[in-house]
Amino acid sequence: MIRVVLPAHLRTLARVDSEVTLEVEGPVTQRSVLDALEARYPMLQGTLRDHVTKKRRPFVRFFACEEDLSHESPDAPLPAAVASGAEPFLVVGAIAGG
Amino acid sequence: MSKVRVLVGTRKGAFVLASDGKREQWDVSGPHFAGWEIYHVKGSPVDPNRLYASQSSGWFGQTMPRSSDGGKTWETVGNKFVYDGVPGTHQWYDGTPHPWEFKRVWHLEPSLTDPDTVYAGVEDAALFRSTDGGQTWGELSGLRGHGTGPHWQPGAGGLCLHTIILDPSDPKRIFIAISAAGAFRTDDGGQTWKPINRGLRSVYIPDPTAEVGHCVHHVAMHPSRPKVLFMQKHWEVMRSDDAGDSWRDVSGNLPGDQVIHPGKDGTTRKFDLKGFGFAIDVHAHEPETIYVVPIKSDSHHFPPEGKLRVYRSRTGGNEWEPLSKGLPQSNCYVNVLRDAMAVDRLDKCGIYFGTSGGQVYVSADAGDNWAPIVRDLPPVLSVEVQTLP
Repeated sequence: MIRVVLPAHLRTLARVDSEVTLEVEGPVTQRSVLDALEARYPMLQGTLRDHVTKKRRPFVRFFACEEDLSHESPDAPLPAAVASGAEPFLVVGAIAGG
Repeated sequence: MSKVRVLVGTRKGAFVLASDGKREQWDVSGPHFAGWEIYHVKGSPVDPNRLYASQSSGWFGQTMPRSSDGGKTWETVGNKFVYDGVPGTHQWYDGTPHPWEFKRVWHLEPSLTDPDTVYAGVEDAALFRSTDGGQTWGELSGLRGHGTGPHWQPGAGGLCLHTIILDPSDPKRIFIAISAAGAFRTDDGGQTWKPINRGLRSVYIPDPTAEVGHCVHHVAMHPSRPKVLFMQKHWEVMRSDDAGDSWRDVSGNLPGDQVIHPGKDGTTRKFDLKGFGFAIDVHAHEPETIYVVPIKSDSHHFPPEGKLRVYRSRTGGNEWEPLSKGLPQSNCYVNVLRDAMAVDRLDKCGIYFGTSGGQVYVSADAGDNWAPIVRDLPPVLSVEVQTLP
């Protein structure tokens, strides 16, 4: 089971009030986790990555295990601690004023 | 007694202001979608409880809330805006080609006959339509593809399609406007389009009478006279009596600015330009009575002399009177954006506008007297009014 922590605005949009848990088939990667997240919460489609290109939105970051994984390949395996559910996969809105 | 519901979009959420026909006591609900930019909220003319909202953020992009109970509850519908075919390029600020990229929805225009059909004007400029209540969107790509699209250039706010007017007498006729491309019309339901900018003169572009390239800020129409259009251009208020085929300047005695621009021969020239502004609307029952809020020049974006004044013309333009009773007449430096003015349809027509300072003002007597409904909202992006039984 994969644990995903969303930023506040996306928790509101998805109507969840804490971290979400997902079952992911096959290798646990950014792509498979985001596919499962968007399948469970279709209202998040387009808010994390482009609908068509699947490229991460510029002000969205992905952290896990105290590392910034934003620039990793979407098909690279996520850390074992994320795959095991010991650590959450963090979706973070980049720090930007306004 | 009839009621009014004012739908306010702001930089940090949406607000719903409700009152009875007296328009003196107001219930304020919100912020809805707190923290998100709400460019526009508009209700269906045939089902006033069906509302659509454009919700966006720099972090998470565009989403599309829809309400079926007048804004009490909302559900998220489709946000997939994909340009038809190969998007191509428009011009960037420096004149170089720039790929078309979807950024946000500026304006939502629900159909006059079907609550599930709604049009969306977007940045980078294009027109989309949904016929399933906003779940899916398709581009009316004949607009971008009609030939001048590669020459369109963004205004300071982006290359935005901000005005959509559906002709109540002809379901196949739609008017739209783009900053800074100009106004366009389709007569076949959106398949083919033509620029309708003849008569516009913009001294600050290389060819002042070009077919496209004019910074049209907003266009308004009275539903009883769909061939008469009123336009708030960058500077100047314009009028067309032939559905946009030709325009004439009706700025008349509006406040103006002296503008210096380089001439073609290398010298500088001074122009006295009148009536810079963004918002324009038409009285609900008097199709020759129109309202604008003059703003000092494109580099200031605040009212002349620090006095917030709505100008009213009862003659379809040219002759304007300032309306200031109840509005701040000193030290006022707010702006009123293009979609931030609206009228209700009560017997005594109400006029509403919102400001960049977060005030929403109402006049329940067609502009003679004004009062704030709210004073301290986030900067107001849009104001729409529903007149309810």
